[in-house]
Amino acid sequence: MINHIDVGTVLKRSVCDLYSNLVTRPTGAAVRIGIEHHLDEIGDKALAILDFSHVGLLDFSCADEIVAKLLLQYVSVDLPRREVYFVFYGISDSHMEAIETVLERHNLALVTQLADGAAQLVGNVDGDQRRAWDTIGRLGNAGAVDVADATGMGYDRAAQMLETLWQRRLVIRQESGYVAIRGGIGLRTSPPAIGESAAVNPAVSGVEVS
Amino acid sequence: MTTIINVPQSLDDQSFEQIFAQVAPLPPEEKILIDARRTRWASPFGFTALLSLAQTRLERPALAVPETEETASYWSRASFFNYAESLYEISGKVPRRGRSENSVLLEVTPINGTEDVHTVVENIQHRAQAILQEKLHLEASVTMRFTMVLSEICQNVIEHAGCGGWVSVHAYKFQQRLGRWVVVISVCDAGMGFRKSLELAQGARINGGWDDGKALEETVIRGATRFRDPGRGQGLAGVRKFTGKWEGMMSVRSGTARIAIIPEWGQGLPLSEGLPFFPGAQVQITIPERIGQP
Repeated sequence: MINHIDVGTVLKRSVCDLYSNLVTRPTGAAVRIGIEHHLDEIGDKALAILDFSHVGLLDFSCADEIVAKLLLQYVSVDLPRREVYFVFYGISDSHMEAIETVLERHNLALVTQLADGAAQLVGNVDGDQRRAWDTIGRLGNAGAVDVADATGMGYDRAAQMLETLWQRRLVIRQESGYVAIRGGIGLRTSPPAIGESAAVNPAVSGVEVS
Repeated sequence: MTTIINVPQSLDDQSFEQIFAQVAPLPPEEKILIDARRTRWASPFGFTALLSLAQTRLERPALAVPETEETASYWSRASFFNYAESLYEISGKVPRRGRSENSVLLEVTPINGTEDVHTVVENIQHRAQAILQEKLHLEASVTMRFTMVLSEICQNVIEHAGCGGWVSVHAYKFQQRLGRWVVVISVCDAGMGFRKSLELAQGARINGGWDDGKALEETVIRGATRFRDPGRGQGLAGVRKFTGKWEGMMSVRSGTARIAIIPEWGQGLPLSEGLPFFPGAQVQITIPERIGQP
């Protein structure tokens, strides 16, 4: 199941009906808590699409409160809160500037989905991690042997990169191998309301997380 | 006894130093009269700093409004008198507000809480879009970044001043210094200032030679903050980045020092120390009309 969270709706419900801009730390904290409450209801393993389509402005403070502090809870190498993967959707150029700044500050990375459905890796990622991520994206579902063959990396290095990407929640780990993260939201005619779950289109995501 | 404080004919961040110099030696309980009768023009800094100045006085100060109707009318359309009337004893004719001024992107607005930042951001977007594109020839996408900068500076007041502040944004032709249109953001408060804010968290670690200039370097240049949260301090860094990209000028005055990011067209020193003391922080961002590609 994919869980679609309209961040603009969370803002209106958590802070004020009239707001469409994510500005100030208290606003960001309130929205993050709203998102966390929703994530608490969706099980131990989930893929959440955070949809920023209806958000006007995202400033640095809010990006730090919402994006960075949310990711930090779920990508902890030691004890992640739960196995939740995120796809950031509807990110504008100005959103991206704030998001990239906070990702750099916290050494984080995330997956965005562009309007055409393509996924993009954003944030602090080294060259081998990016090559491994690109390969998984191209192959859809692959293991260390496939990545090593496709990239020319040694097997051990490829295995290490995939494990790192999984720990950072940038690929999904399953028994059959590692799977690219895709939202599939671009295939919908209208976004579901907050809390509504949308079935994954395997052609887009290649995975079911439930 | 009332001390008369003379306001320069043209009131901006530079000429306001004359007012700071006149007020700094006076005890806060002394009555002052801000004499703006001969003032012909004021920048957003002039408006917001005048309001902050009134907040530093224990005895309610007096203000003699500009005698020129055109000037007084402009001050009125910038909403200066809306707030000055509650802080000053006003003498002279205050014109009715009338139609809004095209060059005023954001009238004088108080910043007391996060809801005020939301209001500022919601209010400025439409007007900023038109001015930034038509007068400053900036891309449409810059409007969002410009508003981000405004939001971050306003938040500084809430988080660091310990009291409310004021914001105003105008666009005008910077004829003498630049010969181009500029948009100017000014945010002023009379709160605790950068030095005291940092001392709240780092008091024990602060060594000798610590002063307002060092505090400004730490916060504005190095992104230091009194909060332990590693995500803090990104706002002013983002403001600096935006200002640099668009060849803008940024100055932050606090206590007895002012630090400035100065572009090629700008004047002034990167760090000025030993200025007349004024509490709080006073920030000005100037973004010039674009000529050529960034």
